[in-house]
Amino acid sequence: MIAAAPLSLADALRAIADDPFATVIAGGTDLMVQINAGRRPVTSLVSLRNVAELKGWSTESGNLRIGAGCSYSELERPDFAAIMPALAQAARTVGSPQIRNAGTIGGNLATASPAGDTLPVLVALDAQLEIASSSATRSIAISDFLVGPKQTDLRQGELIVAISVPVLRGAQEFLKVGTRNAMVISVASVAVLADLDAQGVRIGLGTVGPTVLRGARAEAWTRSNIDWDSNRVVGNLDEFVALVRSDSHPIDDHRSTKRYRSHAIGICARRALQRVFP
Amino acid sequence: MTDSYSPHPAYRLMVNGEPHDVSDAWIGESLLHVLRERLELPGAKSACEQGECGSCSVLVDGVLVCACLVAAVTVADADIRTVESCGSSQSLSVVQQAFVDAGAVQCGFCTPGLIMAVQDLIDRGIQLPHASPFDELATREALSGNLCRCTGYGRVLDAVARAVEASR
Repeated sequence: MIAAAPLSLADALRAIADDPFATVIAGGTDLMVQINAGRRPVTSLVSLRNVAELKGWSTESGNLRIGAGCSYSELERPDFAAIMPALAQAARTVGSPQIRNAGTIGGNLATASPAGDTLPVLVALDAQLEIASSSATRSIAISDFLVGPKQTDLRQGELIVAISVPVLRGAQEFLKVGTRNAMVISVASVAVLADLDAQGVRIGLGTVGPTVLRGARAEAWTRSNIDWDSNRVVGNLDEFVALVRSDSHPIDDHRSTKRYRSHAIGICARRALQRVFP
Repeated sequence: MTDSYSPHPAYRLMVNGEPHDVSDAWIGESLLHVLRERLELPGAKSACEQGECGSCSVLVDGVLVCACLVAAVTVADADIRTVESCGSSQSLSVVQQAFVDAGAVQCGFCTPGLIMAVQDLIDRGIQLPHASPFDELATREALSGNLCRCTGYGRVLDAVARAVEASR
């Protein structure tokens, strides 16, 4: 076998079990860049393009289940945005229309870049990933799945099948800083999601650590500094910003500096919280 | 697997409604490479080969993508449309004519990708229930994946407005 285009999940799992050296390709927006540049030797491909079980999304009893093969474009659409606005916003900031038409949420997870645009939202939501191999299926929390920069807990012979997140009541915001609006890899990004029923705020921080981080200290601050009857921030936002920065662990690299990222993440988080609780 | 490696996959691509057999291709070849170097369809341009510039934009099953980021072998069953499917040597498409009329072409390298992106914008825009006649912000976002280093985009936006008007 040199190229397989399975139509079912079972066939896809069998294909990668039979050929451990196969390269799995979904949207191809990261992988093909490496292949084109000659940085990634390929001897066989298993394409997930036509796998029926990876397509589409659905809601059931307060949960949203997103097929790993959903493109960013699908997540941008109004029907999805009405349910999970922050994820739709994050999807809209990915690359360009051409990239969003091809790239998938499963690919964003498997690539596991600290700058992956959907990841702050998924981390904030404690997403559960459904993972399958030809012999078993398992469920894993996203925080356990993302183990380092471009490193995941995905094992040989496994595929990400779907992502499950709770549907929350309350406003949401995703903000991202880059050098321009389109075609930009994040320098810092933040997801701020109100959870009015739990009287809490969920915060995901992107590109300010080895993996996407949870803003745990900043979240704790919101519990006592938001008036949950009027849904207004009553505390000092400077404290909130300081906690967001203390939740972050940015570094200097070719895209930005530790200092700028720390600055930007605080401003973005403040702005996002103000939009969620205007 | 003993037959897991072969440098000679053979597959068929449906490009602009015509079947094309591809043989002796390397497994990782992009659709862009196969179109240009094997099928003699050089309309899609090869520039960045990393999805940044949009000059290789094509439609795969009606979806606008960068041909450089598609592994050709994975779209063997798909309906592929390139800029060669727009208009003919006798008559230009509405979008092509709009680019000519607006003077939206300078060096021309980005033009095939822009033609495909604008055609896609118009085809999708007409389906939108609340589409305004010419929404510049929506147009800029729709063309944000197509880089032009000559025009500054002003005349491209003018061409979109003309094409939208002419498509009504």
